[in-house]
Amino acid sequence: MSGPADVKAGRTIELRVWRGDASGGAPVSYTVPVEPGMVVLDAIHWIQAHQAPDLAVRWNCKAAKCGSCSAEVNGKPSLMCKSRLDHFPADRPILVTPMKTFPVIRDLVTDVSWNYEVNKRIQPFTPMKNASWRWQQSDVDRVQEFRKCIECFLCQDVCHVLRSHEMKTQFAGPRFFVRIAGLEMHPMDGADRTKFLKDEAGLGLCNITKCCTEVCPEGIHITDNAIIPLKERVVDSFYDPVVKLLRSWFGKQETT
Amino acid sequence: MTSLETHEHDVLVIGAGGAGLRAAIEASGRGARVGLVCKSLLGKAHTVMAEGGIAAALAHVDPQDGWETHFRDTMKGGSFLNHWRMAQLHAQEAPARVRELEEWGALFDRTPDGRILQRAFGGHTWKRLAHVGDRTGLEMIRALQDRGVHAGMDVFMEVTVTRLFTEGGRIAGAFAYRRETGRFVVFRAPAVVIATGGIGKCYKVTSNSWEYTGDGQALAYQAGAELIDMEFVQFHPTGMVWPPGVMGILVTEGVRGEGGILRNSNGERFMWKYLPEARKHEYAETDAEAREWLEATVAQRQTQARRPPELSTRDNVARAIYTEVKEGRGSPHGGAFLDISYLPAERVIRKLPSMYHQFKELADVDITKEPMEVGPTTHYVMGGLRVEPDTGAATVAGLYACGEAAAGLHGANRLGGNSLSDLLVFGCRAGGAAADYAKSAGPAPAIDPAAIEAEGRDLVAPFERTGGPTAYEIHHRLQEIMGARVGIFRTEQDLTRAVEELQKLQADARGMRADGSRPFNPGWHLVRDVQNLLMVSEAITRSALLRRESRGAHSRLDHPGPDAALGKVNFRVKHTDAGMSVEPTPLPAVPPDVQLLLHDAAQPAGAKS
Repeated sequence: MSGPADVKAGRTIELRVWRGDASGGAPVSYTVPVEPGMVVLDAIHWIQAHQAPDLAVRWNCKAAKCGSCSAEVNGKPSLMCKSRLDHFPADRPILVTPMKTFPVIRDLVTDVSWNYEVNKRIQPFTPMKNASWRWQQSDVDRVQEFRKCIECFLCQDVCHVLRSHEMKTQFAGPRFFVRIAGLEMHPMDGADRTKFLKDEAGLGLCNITKCCTEVCPEGIHITDNAIIPLKERVVDSFYDPVVKLLRSWFGKQETT
Repeated sequence: MTSLETHEHDVLVIGAGGAGLRAAIEASGRGARVGLVCKSLLGKAHTVMAEGGIAAALAHVDPQDGWETHFRDTMKGGSFLNHWRMAQLHAQEAPARVRELEEWGALFDRTPDGRILQRAFGGHTWKRLAHVGDRTGLEMIRALQDRGVHAGMDVFMEVTVTRLFTEGGRIAGAFAYRRETGRFVVFRAPAVVIATGGIGKCYKVTSNSWEYTGDGQALAYQAGAELIDMEFVQFHPTGMVWPPGVMGILVTEGVRGEGGILRNSNGERFMWKYLPEARKHEYAETDAEAREWLEATVAQRQTQARRPPELSTRDNVARAIYTEVKEGRGSPHGGAFLDISYLPAERVIRKLPSMYHQFKELADVDITKEPMEVGPTTHYVMGGLRVEPDTGAATVAGLYACGEAAAGLHGANRLGGNSLSDLLVFGCRAGGAAADYAKSAGPAPAIDPAAIEAEGRDLVAPFERTGGPTAYEIHHRLQEIMGARVGIFRTEQDLTRAVEELQKLQADARGMRADGSRPFNPGWHLVRDVQNLLMVSEAITRSALLRRESRGAHSRLDHPGPDAALGKVNFRVKHTDAGMSVEPTPLPAVPPDVQLLLHDAAQPAGAKS
C-alpha cells in the first residue's frame, strides 16, 4: 500500500466541497461513507446521488485518461479520479475547490474555453513535401511524450503567470508549449512556430519554476523536455546571427 | 420560446468522438456548413479511452495480411450476422484511413524499418493493430480534433441534443440544451449524423463514461428510424474488479496481445478449455508454443507457433472468466488473474504504460510484479441504427449514423481494434454522404413551432414535480435489472421478467423530479439520459428474448447453441403507435464472389500486397 492509509472501509470522511457560481460561493460539508480504494470523484458522485443531485462536476473516463475532472484537492491541482481518499488524513476534512485560474461556472466546473481559443491560434501540423513517411521509434519517443497530454489543464491552473498574474492575453501556458513542442519536433512537420512562441505565446514569460511538471498527471517533463528546448529554439532563431541569416534565405527545414 | 438560440447548418453532427469528428471533417471538406455538437468538452469523448489499437490490414508486420483476411476475421468474429458490405468496405478502406490519420499528425509506434507497427489482437489472424502504446484512442482523437478545429466547422461543446425534428418524413433539425446555462438551442439542418456512441450506462459494471446513455439510438427511434441487433452487447472480458470505485474500468486487450496470461485461483491457465472446437487449430497447444509465438512477435520474426489461447474472441473470453468465477475458481475480488509480470518490467512499462499507472495508482498493484484481477465489463453495443453500408444513411431521409451508434459491421460480436477503424471508415462515409444529401435536398424543411415548444416544456417538467424519484434512483434500479437479468448469460424467464420490470420502471420514471436550477445541473440532465437508457434497455431485452439461440455476445442458457434459421435474420426495433415493435428481418445475402472469401481455405488475394 502506498500513502498513509488512514481511511478504512466502513468509516466516513468529511468533504468540504465548494458550492457556488460566478457571483460567489463557499465550501459545504458532506459526510461520505468510505469504501476501499475510493477516490475523491467517487465521493463527489456519492454526494450527487444521495445528498446534492445538482452538484456540478465534470468527469468522463474515471481512469485518468480524459482529463475532465480537474479541481483543487486541499489546494493542490489534481484529477479527482486519481486522488485516493486514503492518501489524506482521515481526521481532517478534505477540501475540494474548482481550479482557481479559470472563471467558475458552477460548483467544481470552470470555464476552460480560453484554452480552446489559444489552441486554434497555433499553426496545425504541416507536413513537409516530398519527404519519406518512415522514421525510427527513437525519432518519435520524445514527441510521443508530449502527445500523452490529456488536456486536463492542471498545468495551466498551477502556472503562476496565469494563476497569479492573469496574463491570459500574452501567454499560452504550459499545455500549449507542450503542444507546440510536439509539432515542432514531429519528424514530418515543416512549419516554424518560433515567432509565434516569442511574440504571441509569451514563452519568455516562463521562468521555469517547474510547477507545471509537478502537477502533470501524465508525468510529462513539461519544463525540461518541452519548454526549455523551445526557449533554445527561439534563442537560436532570433538571436544567433548565422541561423537568422540562413533562416531568412531558406526557412526552417534547412536550418534544423 | 421566441428568443431561442437558433443555428443553421447543412450538416449537424451529434457526437464528437472519432466517428463524429471524422464525419464533420469530411462534410466540411465537401463544402457543407457543419455544426458539431458534443455532450462534453471537445476531445473528451469515449474514443479517448480506446487503448489497444486500430485494426487495418496494412501488412507491415505480417506481409500475408490483406483486406480479404480482415474481412473474413470480422465476419467470423461476428458469427456471420454482420452486413457483409460493411465488413468489406471496412476491411478495404481501413488502411487508407490510418495512413490519412498519420498525414494529419498522428504518431504511431514504429517497426524497425520505420513504418507503422502492428500488434496482435483477439480474433485477428495476423498482427493488424496500429497503435501508440496503450493510448491509441487519445492519439486518434487529438489528431482528428486538431484537424477538425481548422476545418471551419462550428463546435458546440457541452450541448446535449434531446430531440430530432422531422417534417414530411425528412430531417428538419434538432433540439438541444446547453449544459452550462440550461438554455435551449434549436438547430436547423436538412442532414443529421448520429455519432453518439453506445449504451454502456444501462449497466452498473461498465467501461463506459456518463455520456454513454444511448442518446443517438433513442433520438433515432423517436424519429421513426430502425435499430437492429440490439441484443448484442459486448462484455469486455477484462475490466478492473477492485477497488469498488474502479470496477469496470477497462484493462486493454493489448495486455493479452503483449503476452498476458489468464489464470484461475488454482493457477490453471484456463483458456485452453474454452476454445471452441472449430477454432482450436488456430491456437497454440502448449505454454511453450504460446511463449514462442510471443517471443517471435516481439522480435518481429516469422514463426510457425500459433497464438496464445487468451487471444480468443472477446465473447468467448468473457464467458470463460465468468464461468471460472461462478464455479468457485475466481480471484479474491471475484475475477480472474491476468498476469504479465513474468515479462521484463521495462518491456511491460514501455508497451502498456497507462495500464501500469492505472493499476499502480488506483489499485496499489504493480503489474510488473504481480497479476491483475480482471472480470467482464459492459463495453460496447454491436446494435444500433440500421444504415445503408455505403452511405451510413438511416431509414429516415436526411438521417445518417456512424461508429458505435450504427449497426451492421460487427454482427454478433466485435473484434478488438475494429471499433477505431469503424469510426474512421464509416465516419468518413457518413459525413460525406450527409454533405452530398444536404446539397441535393436543399434547405431544411421548417420545424413545427409547436414541436419546439412541446420539447422545451417536456424538458423542464421535472423541475415542476415536488415528489417522485430522482433520476439517480431510477438509474440505479435500471442498472440492477439489466445486470441481474440481461447480462452475459440470459434465459427466457429472466428476460421476460426484465421486460415487466422495465415497464414498471418506465412508469415510475415518468414522475422523475429534478431539484435546483438549470445551470450545469447533473441531476436534471440525468433525467433525459435515463429516459434514453430505458428505451435502449427495452430494445436490448426484447431483442434478446426473441433470439432463442446463443450467438456471439448473446448467450442463452436455455438455448446454448446457434440456430441456423436465426443466423439468417437481424431483429429490427421500431417505434409504433402500439409501442416498441421487434421483428426479424432477413440478413442481406452475400454475393457468391464475396462468399468465397469466407471459407477458411480461401487464399487471400491480399497476400500479394
